[in-house]
Amino acid sequence: MLMLLSAIELSLIDWSRAQFALTACYHWLFVPLTLGLAVVMGIMETLYVVRKDPFWKRAARFWMKLFGINFAVGVATGLILEFQFGTNWSNYSWFVGDIFGAPLAIEGIIAFFMEATFIAVMFFGWNKVSRGFHLTATWLTGVGATFSAWWILVANSWMQHPVGMQFNPDTVRNEMMDFFAVAFSPVAVVKFCHTVFSGWLTGAVFVVGVSCWFLLRRREQPLAKASLRVGTIVGLVASVGVLATGDSSALDVARYQPMKLAAMEGLERGGERAPFSVVPGVEVPGALSILATHDVDGYVPGIRDLIDGYARPAGDGHLLAGEKVTPDGIVYLSAEEKMRRGRVALEAFRTYRNDTVPAANRAEARQRLMDNMEYFGYGYLPSPERLVPPVGLTYWAFRVMVGGGMFLLAVLAVLLWAERRGRLEAWRWLLHLGLWSIAVVYVAGQAGWIVAEVGRQPWAIQDLLPVEAAVSFLDPAAVQTTFFIFLTLFTVLLVAELRILCRAIKKGPEA
Amino acid sequence: MKTFGLVNVWRFYRDGFREMTWGRTLWIIILVKLFVLFAVLRAFFFRPALAGLDADEKPAAVAGELLRRPAATTSPD
Repeated sequence: MLMLLSAIELSLIDWSRAQFALTACYHWLFVPLTLGLAVVMGIMETLYVVRKDPFWKRAARFWMKLFGINFAVGVATGLILEFQFGTNWSNYSWFVGDIFGAPLAIEGIIAFFMEATFIAVMFFGWNKVSRGFHLTATWLTGVGATFSAWWILVANSWMQHPVGMQFNPDTVRNEMMDFFAVAFSPVAVVKFCHTVFSGWLTGAVFVVGVSCWFLLRRREQPLAKASLRVGTIVGLVASVGVLATGDSSALDVARYQPMKLAAMEGLERGGERAPFSVVPGVEVPGALSILATHDVDGYVPGIRDLIDGYARPAGDGHLLAGEKVTPDGIVYLSAEEKMRRGRVALEAFRTYRNDTVPAANRAEARQRLMDNMEYFGYGYLPSPERLVPPVGLTYWAFRVMVGGGMFLLAVLAVLLWAERRGRLEAWRWLLHLGLWSIAVVYVAGQAGWIVAEVGRQPWAIQDLLPVEAAVSFLDPAAVQTTFFIFLTLFTVLLVAELRILCRAIKKGPEA
Repeated sequence: MKTFGLVNVWRFYRDGFREMTWGRTLWIIILVKLFVLFAVLRAFFFRPALAGLDADEKPAAVAGELLRRPAATTSPD
């Protein structure tokens, strides 16, 4: 027992999480730029085909070259995440069953091959296929990348809000009962739209930033101004999309992951007319209730409410995950009670898996397991406080994401206005701001994923499997070693990409 | 007719690769990366934990792990 206690020590969980987080953050440097540049170059090539103006062909080819560099360096980095599922998170990997397998298989077979086919036509097909066919290939490359993102985000959303499945204690796997419930769960739809719009914003800000660099150097000015115009318009449309889907995402988080929302706000005690914290010490009364429920009187529980449990009068609006309607009103169970039910589920699972137990008792145990399955993961928690994610990191990451998004919206709007009024050359500070916005959009994007993933700790699968049960029984030193191997590999690849990308930008469209 | 189509596809890709400029460097990066991923990381560092078990042994192995964890993660006192 002592050996096992020391084996599942926190360092193993932390190093395994750090390794996964490092890989995911790195992968996310490439994906949004792929999604966003695909839209920008698609629009430019459409302008070329519609207007028959070679200026737009030159512009499209330049951005396509940068798209190709980003795609080449980023491709297959997601595979490392799949390696880690099997090695570092083997219990999780088995437990999720075909819920993960089906979307990832569809992603691999359809979306990847779609991308791979059309990307070849896009790069090799100039002057070899018709303009219409080439344009179709360009757009389908973007559609393929977006389609890939859909299935990955379906898998991620299921971890945040598991639906459409049933646990089978014989196979120890969750089996898909309703494919459409998994593929089109409200969390998946909103997360997909939010992520894709943020990708468009990344691509647009990248185009705007590089265009600002050309204008600062007084090079390629017609191309830079035209690209800046397309980039700012795409970026503004994407910003509106990010805002709208961010609002829907907040509703989902409030409903399905109330502890994450409480951590995002650092809200110890909630209630009706809950305040939104702009920064510590600055609050807007009632604003959190509006954001989380679209009702100023909406009830938003805080961290202590969710740990201690609460009761509130039945009223309008949706129930939060875990709330039950009783004759006395709406009740949310305390963490202690959920942990007790979780231990009942685990004991029933143990009895059911024991072949020496009489069949009747095993059947009874199976029923008890199913009755308490929604609390299964709570049986692993050592204390109620384990349910609280890192509040400081989640709180500040949320503010960096939202603040970064607002900053970008303002910069893009001013840049478009300045471009239309012919003020760009005079306002060089604005061009510098546009260039540095590239860093802001990446920081904001990474912060968004930190909110989503750190905020849902300790769950690998919400309510069903905490990370301490999901992690593989490995030597922490081995995980540390691979962490540093990845760090080295990723740094080398990132430096290679940045160097090639900067060289391609410096050489300009003629290279 | 079918052969003609395949030949065209072959020539399309062959000429495309031949005419690459930036693409050559990028293909080298992709190939080195795939080599490191599969020939080094996958082969030596990322062996699936359940590899080597038969299909009917895997549920028992995972169930055993899942049932040992509550004791391991609960505070000893």
